[in-house]
Amino acid sequence: MTSSESTDVLVVGSGFGGAIAAYHLAAGGARVVVLERGPWLNGEDFQHDFNFGASSTRIFDFVIGDGMSVLSGNCVGGGSVVYFAAMPRAPRFVFERTGGLGRRMWPAAISRESLEPWYDRVAEALPVTRQTWDTVPFAGGLFGAVCDHAGRTANPVPVALDQARCTNCNWMMSGCRFDAKRSLLLNYLPAALSYGAQIRPLHEVQHLSRTEDGGYRVHYSVLDDVDYRVQVDSGTIDAKLVVLAAGAGATPVILQRSEPTLGPMPNAVGRYFSGNGERLNTAIFDEDRIRDVLGLSRPDGVPYQAYQIGKGPCVASWDRLDGSLPEYERFSLEQLYFPPGFGTILAQVPDTVGPTWFGAEKKEILRSWQSWLTIFTMSEDDNEGVFGPPPETGNAIRLSQQMLGRGPLRYDPTENTRRGWALSDAEVRDILERDGLSRVMPWTNDVVGAYTVHPLASCRIGDDPRTSALDDRHELRDHPGIFVTDGSAVPGALTVNPAMTIAALAERAVPGIVRAARERGVDVTYGAPAPDGGTSSRDAVLPLVSGLLGR
Amino acid sequence: MPGEMDADQARTMALEAYADTILPGEKRWPGDRAVAGVSQGGGAVASGALEVLRSAEGGMAPALDALADALNEHARQYAAEAGIELDHDVPPFVSLDYPNRVRLVQRLTGRTHPEREAWISVAMFSTIAFDAAAHTHTVEALAAGHPGLTTIGFRPPDSDGLWRFDSYSYGRQLARPHPHTTPSGSPA
Repeated sequence: MTSSESTDVLVVGSGFGGAIAAYHLAAGGARVVVLERGPWLNGEDFQHDFNFGASSTRIFDFVIGDGMSVLSGNCVGGGSVVYFAAMPRAPRFVFERTGGLGRRMWPAAISRESLEPWYDRVAEALPVTRQTWDTVPFAGGLFGAVCDHAGRTANPVPVALDQARCTNCNWMMSGCRFDAKRSLLLNYLPAALSYGAQIRPLHEVQHLSRTEDGGYRVHYSVLDDVDYRVQVDSGTIDAKLVVLAAGAGATPVILQRSEPTLGPMPNAVGRYFSGNGERLNTAIFDEDRIRDVLGLSRPDGVPYQAYQIGKGPCVASWDRLDGSLPEYERFSLEQLYFPPGFGTILAQVPDTVGPTWFGAEKKEILRSWQSWLTIFTMSEDDNEGVFGPPPETGNAIRLSQQMLGRGPLRYDPTENTRRGWALSDAEVRDILERDGLSRVMPWTNDVVGAYTVHPLASCRIGDDPRTSALDDRHELRDHPGIFVTDGSAVPGALTVNPAMTIAALAERAVPGIVRAARERGVDVTYGAPAPDGGTSSRDAVLPLVSGLLGR
Repeated sequence: MPGEMDADQARTMALEAYADTILPGEKRWPGDRAVAGVSQGGGAVASGALEVLRSAEGGMAPALDALADALNEHARQYAAEAGIELDHDVPPFVSLDYPNRVRLVQRLTGRTHPEREAWISVAMFSTIAFDAAAHTHTVEALAAGHPGLTTIGFRPPDSDGLWRFDSYSYGRQLARPHPHTTPSGSPA
């Protein structure tokens, strides 16, 4: 019989949910081990290269499901390394949504107001700052100008970005070479390491079992660092408490696979998945109209031709984030960049009788790629995603050495979801096609189904045990000592980029996790400052949690 | 099956013709049969579709022979249904003209086709060959005049192989902010 390693707290995943929990628990004195299924890259490891095997495929996962494909991070730092660093807070009405439940989806304890101090913690830690128009790239400026021309408003979005370091290279999805993007590699994770936390890359957790002392044994595989289909080792670690933060596409799969050893899971594990209501439209602009109608011109005299230049989404239109509108009819629109490959295959040819996503006419629209603008809709879907039986390992059958896999998620959009998409398509077209500025088509859902870069809600918090897997402290129902702090805990679509809310919920969950750890005999306290030592947001939340900690 | 062509050649030509249907290019030489020649400039094939499909990293390689054979079989059935006489000097799919290749690809990638995932995968790999040159380093591909990256107008990097854009902003406010924007810059 092989002996198992042991630790106080085992964290699965090193994205926002995992890194934030790991930092606070390590800083509070707990022994923390983080298992991350992806590789560990930093700074100069991030390449400007689309070649297979470059950082762009090492750190990214694209899992094709039945009706929904999910893009997500696969590296130390998780989504924060591959995302575009847009960090808006979710609008107030989101927390009042009822979805298909006929009752409030969110726990009674959580509202925009009650979450603000936890948003503030994240804002101080990363940090998150407001953008100004003078740092908005051409694409964001163009979107702002067309919104204004159509009588809409548009805002530069808050971002976790060091503008002074940014080169506007638009390689953010491959990781930031210049350390301009304030990913978790620059704050929570190094701070966690400084307090003794261990991070082990290429460790893919497969399932959990119980130990005799009421804790958990975490069973993992070690993956080859080039071909993730190959397992080179395996092992177990015993922990008094487990924080699951493998991402909304993986956390429920680990729990489903653990049912034979842990016993039945709550009904909501692997159900109620939300793709954040995401939808993309591509506008192909007429450069002359940009100059003549909008009066825009770059310093070199070219009106636009700058799709490649920038830093992801920088400007959003929030006119439809109106709480008085009916549910499923509210959405934000955000200017976005998608690199070639993913960003082109689903774009459709306007006004054609032939095939829309491939063929001779598709090639013709690619010739004007630099005049494209991608508009990203985040709307209210119906939590209609369901995970089927888990694959043998991981969360997908890996098809390629890296990145591409086939997963068990099934998503059949309801009429509510489709209505929101149709309304947003019409709004995008109304704004962007005015006065012959551009021609617009939505991305097709006929190739890889719908798609999301913001998977949510597959193991969600709530007050109703039938429709939520976690209580309002993020503890898994019927399985005390397992907490879930990633995007799977978010109850539903947020109508904006979710990273800020995922992170704020993780911050909010930490005091409860600390208390649970203490009850399990771990010598740990709550109250660490921001990773850089800042204390203002910490001091603001301490009065909120003193009772919770009972000290 | 063409008498003088070995099986590997026939499979290669069929897969080239499929990739060329996804993003077509000009014929590589007079008499090029796999590439239909319906578009100016290089297409997916000249951009390296076969290299991407055959790469160890991509994971498609073990399935390609079977896929190429299946593609030719589908083309044979399609031609029979449509009353098209095939040219037996080339593989059946290659024998189809471009409009018929398109119609067959639409059928194979349609919502209800049992093999749709495989055919969509071949289409995806053809696409990333064209506009991402996934089989080679992007800097080298650009320097060598890669047809796809050149067609989309992908700008070159600085001399150190990294991208930086010194000129990137119109530099002025171009829209009114939402009236309910909070002090943190978020929606209310």
